[in-house]
Amino acid sequence: MSGPSTYVPKSGFARWMDSRLPLARFAHDTMLSFPTPRNLNIWYAFGAILTTMLLVQIVTGIVLAMHYVANADMAFDSVDRMMRDINYGWLIRFMHANGASFFFIAVYIHMFRGLYYGSYKAPREVLWILGVILYLLMVATAFFGYVLPWGQMSFWGATVITNFFSALDQVTPHWGSAIATWLWGGYAVGDPTLNRFFSLHYLLPFVIAGVVGLHIWALHVPGNNNPLGIEVQGPQDTVPFHPYYTVKDGFYVALFLLIYLGFVFYAPDFFGNPDNYTPANPVVTPPDIVPEWYLLPYYAMLRSVPQKLIGVLVMAGSLVTLAFIPWLDTSKVRSSRFRPMMKQFFWIFVLDCIVLGYCGAQSVDAVRFGVPLVWAARVGTLYYFGFFWVVMPLLGLIETPKPLPASISQPVLSPAE
Amino acid sequence: MSATTADEPTRRDFIYIATGAVAAVGAGLAAWPFIDQMNPSASVLALASIEADIGAIAPGQQVVFKYRGHPLFVRRRTPKEIADAKAVNVADLPDPYARNSALPDDAPATDANRAAHAEYVVLLGVCTHLGCTPTVSTPQVPQGEFGGWLCHCHGSQYDTAGRIRKGPAPQNLLVPPYSYVSPTRIKVG
Repeated sequence: MSGPSTYVPKSGFARWMDSRLPLARFAHDTMLSFPTPRNLNIWYAFGAILTTMLLVQIVTGIVLAMHYVANADMAFDSVDRMMRDINYGWLIRFMHANGASFFFIAVYIHMFRGLYYGSYKAPREVLWILGVILYLLMVATAFFGYVLPWGQMSFWGATVITNFFSALDQVTPHWGSAIATWLWGGYAVGDPTLNRFFSLHYLLPFVIAGVVGLHIWALHVPGNNNPLGIEVQGPQDTVPFHPYYTVKDGFYVALFLLIYLGFVFYAPDFFGNPDNYTPANPVVTPPDIVPEWYLLPYYAMLRSVPQKLIGVLVMAGSLVTLAFIPWLDTSKVRSSRFRPMMKQFFWIFVLDCIVLGYCGAQSVDAVRFGVPLVWAARVGTLYYFGFFWVVMPLLGLIETPKPLPASISQPVLSPAE
Repeated sequence: MSATTADEPTRRDFIYIATGAVAAVGAGLAAWPFIDQMNPSASVLALASIEADIGAIAPGQQVVFKYRGHPLFVRRRTPKEIADAKAVNVADLPDPYARNSALPDDAPATDANRAAHAEYVVLLGVCTHLGCTPTVSTPQVPQGEFGGWLCHCHGSQYDTAGRIRKGPAPQNLLVPPYSYVSPTRIKVG
């Protein structure tokens, strides 16, 4: 859909500039006149919401870095000073901490939307893979950021996650531990670890911004997928991005920010863990170590395996699997609207992720309704992998999709039955 | 590029490959300082040994010292705890090796190989799964089924000699290098 440019320079200066650095032409073609399917619904607003949240995180983060001290003896107190002394420090820090949670809420909705409407299918495989890379960068950035306040959860979260690498000892003795020591810069998580995590936490958001640029580029080559999952056939199927989607996206961005700021002002600790208000203590592990909510499903998968190396591999595999989805789905139909079986397996998958998240939040020996949660997590892990590696390839072969509409505009423009 | 197909490598091919090889080695050498800077510095490595007074520990009690940024467990065992540890058949253990810095890597995980003086076990309090600090078990507040330690993070259980018995941890708790300076004082590291 990146067809010939429709930009017409309107002044002498614009013409002069256009033949030297055509920035205005680029902005016009990608943000104003860009032909966009006319049937995008609310779930397609999350790209704009994510861009907004990235911006919020970068702006609040740069401000917080002006007051933060990356030193194991002073970090906890410097965060406390932000909350109590710095003008509006409480606001900016709560915006940043809750911003991370809402960034992940938005990205999970964005990812489930891509799954439901088959947005990863040809010709959008690279677009999807760039999205997976963005998600992994977000996870890494969030992990580094969570370590910085240097509370008990910061410290022990960092200890547990960096120890994942020591599992490689079971492949080649001592190599895994050597990697862990290299990451720590010492015998354990400590001051050198905190300093490098701060450096990386500042770097990665800009890497994310760069990959977002590639993500949007890869989106603009084939153009948007849409809820019907069928190709755009001509101008009758599209509207220009501006004003139609600038306004629609803008409305949903405002709505999303309203809910986000509701938490910032009225429930700022809702997503936090009280243990992180206790300064890091390297000789006492809190009784219940849990990661932030957005990583709980992976944590449940890790704990469901009673063997160290396999547990870590299962968790890594659950992330790597995402990159293969474009080739695991064998169906010719993109949108689940026309895939009666896929639709059901999809919603079971959403439920599965929630159940795994719940299991990950409970203590390791918890029992609910007479079921040890570790077994619930094992079934959940099995379904997670089964959905991608068994259900997706098989459904394409056995499922009979419903008939597709002739075009995007046909159901809208044709008279009602 | 000319249309002729050269059967023999030419001088130009040699120069091309040699240049590439030098560039690759140079890039590797230039990268190394940027990788190695993350390893522990000499000042960190120097903070390696501590002395601990273990005379005041009561039987059945554990005292935690700090060693290399990690908790160091010194537990004075009761006769029953020692007997429990000695009664275990080494062949039945998930990890049959002593994991004692003073012994060869393949020394068996007998109780004698785990505790030089049967009364005191000296262990690194770092779960060999993902590094949490296990909680000590006492007759009043038992932790796990084996009377030793339970790691609350992911449920690994250790016996009274710090050997892994159940759960995801792959190895016995590490016995750090230590020696008795006097009957009531040890030097670790």
